[in-house]
This record gives sequence, structure tokens and C-alpha cells, in this order.
Amino acid sequence: MKSQFLKGNLHGIPIALGYLSVSFGFGILAVKSGLSVLAATLISVTNLTSAGQVAGVGIIAAGGSLAEMGLTQLVINLRYALMAISLSQKTDKSFTFGKRLIASYGITDEIYAVASSQPEDISASYMYGLTFISFLGWTVGTFLGAFAGELLPTDITNAMGIVLYGMFLAIFIPPARKSRRVLLVVAVASGLSVVFKYLITVVSGGFAVIISAIVASALGAVLFPIDIKEADDT
Amino acid sequence: MSIALYIIVMAGVTYLIRAIPFTAFSKKIKSPFIQSFLYYIPYAVLAAMTIPAIFYSTGNVITATAGTAVALILAHVNLPLIVVALAASGTAFCVSVFI
Repeated sequence: MKSQFLKGNLHGIPIALGYLSVSFGFGILAVKSGLSVLAATLISVTNLTSAGQVAGVGIIAAGGSLAEMGLTQLVINLRYALMAISLSQKTDKSFTFGKRLIASYGITDEIYAVASSQPEDISASYMYGLTFISFLGWTVGTFLGAFAGELLPTDITNAMGIVLYGMFLAIFIPPARKSRRVLLVVAVASGLSVVFKYLITVVSGGFAVIISAIVASALGAVLFPIDIKEADDT
Repeated sequence: MSIALYIIVMAGVTYLIRAIPFTAFSKKIKSPFIQSFLYYIPYAVLAAMTIPAIFYSTGNVITATAGTAVALILAHVNLPLIVVALAASGTAFCVSVFI
């Protein structure tokens, strides 16, 4: 059991290092948006997700409604539901209901990617190990970014503001390049987002992202349905 | 509105999205439409969040555009996430020093 936890820690080191630097950018962004160091760190401790947190901070800064917050998190993090379903098929018998409740917390893109690529079914201890070290990277990075963000020169903190967006580009550009239908979905979502930003300004940022993403994905699902096997492979 | 309320809603929704399917679903979703929709959602969300916000992410459109251009090129050649992210930031910083 202990060695499974350590194995998870070991496999999680690259994730933790990546999270450390990305969450540093999140910490800076959060403080720039008017949040305290404590609030920024608490968000990372309780959420452990990048895109949802960035959108959430935007809503807090804009004084959005709680409904907008809830809906935004639901849509942006909907992918975790898919990953959770997929991962639930890959668990060994050590996973009791209670352990599933705990391990759910750690389902992120990167942790899912590593856990699902293991040759054998994963144990709860392994999942805990993987999550624990990633969690450390994510929260320590957020704290440092939020804390040091106030001390660093503005040229540097301004430049750090682009870190998370750069990571987002790196996630959706390669698949959009490989697949025309992903490219179409990405183009429609970006196009709608631009329209909301400059033309339909009455719709707030959080809802603009939700509407753009839902319309683009529904369009993709109608025009280019994927078969289930294919989705598993990518 | 209280920050704590926002954080509770954020954390609660995010947790339930992970926990409900992980504990309840033992079979895969069969509907091709929902399966396809869920497949496209992450890309659509990230694209809508990134564009056009990335151009305002550094407080200066020129440095942000330079960073975006470098990120696009590096993402295009499949470099790791962290390399693309830090190169975008490094570029924005270098340009800000010169303007």
C-alpha cells in the first residue's frame, strides 16, 4: 500500500513541476484581480483545476452572480465528468465508495492522463500519491505567485499574466492541427467569444465562454459525431 | 458578495462534477451526441477562454501579441505545455523591456 503511494508520488513529479510554474501565474492573476493571498490559495486548495479557476477569478473580479459562477464551473469542468467515467472503469478492488469520494478530488487533465496510461488497474493509494504531489505543486505555486506577485517588478508580473493562456494554447492547438473537426470547433468557439467581447457586450464574460463553448461543441457533435472507441484513443 | 460564498460554489460544483460520475457510473455513456459533445467541450472552452482574452493578459496588447505569436508557433510544433507557457511569458517580458 505504501509503495503504491510512493509510486504515485514518483509518477506525479513532472505534473507537480508543471503545476508549480503554471499556478504561480494563477496566483499573480488572482491577486491582480483583487483577491487576497489567502483567497487565491484557498481556491487552489479546494478546486485543483486551471481553466475553471481562471474563469472563476474573472467572475469574482467582475462581481458576477453565484449562478454564473456555478454554471461556468459546470461547463468548463464538464470534461472531468468524462474522465471520471473513463477512470471509474480502470480502478482495482481497493476502491471502496469512500475512497472513490476522496480520489474524485484529484481528477485533473494531467492526473487523469498519467493514471489512465498505466498498464494495470490503478489502486486508491496510487491515485492518492499522484494527487498529493500534484496538489503540493499547485497550491505552493499559487501561494508563491500570489505572495511574491506583490513584490516582483510589474514588468515581470505583467508578463506572467500570459502563462496560463499560453498553456491553454498548447492544449488545444496541436489537436486542432491534427483534426479538421476540432479545428472547426475551436474556430467557432473563438469566433463567438470575439463577437461577445466586441459586439454583444451585454453578456458577461463567464456566460460568453459558456455559450460559445456549448454552441461550438454542439455544432461539432451534430456535424462530426465521433465514435466512442475513437474518443478513448485520444 | 462574500469571497467565501464564491469559493464554496466553485469548489462544490467542481467536486461534484468529478465525484458523481466517478462513484455512480459503472457503464459508459452510450449517446453518440453526448459522447461527441463531451469530446469537443475541453477544446471549445479553452479556445473561448483564450481568445481574445490572451491579448489583454499582460496589460499591453503589443507584448501580449508577441507572446501569443511565440506560443502559437511552439504549440504548432507540439512542444510541452510548460515550455509553451513559459516561452510566451518570456517573450512578453523581453518585448516589454524594449518598448
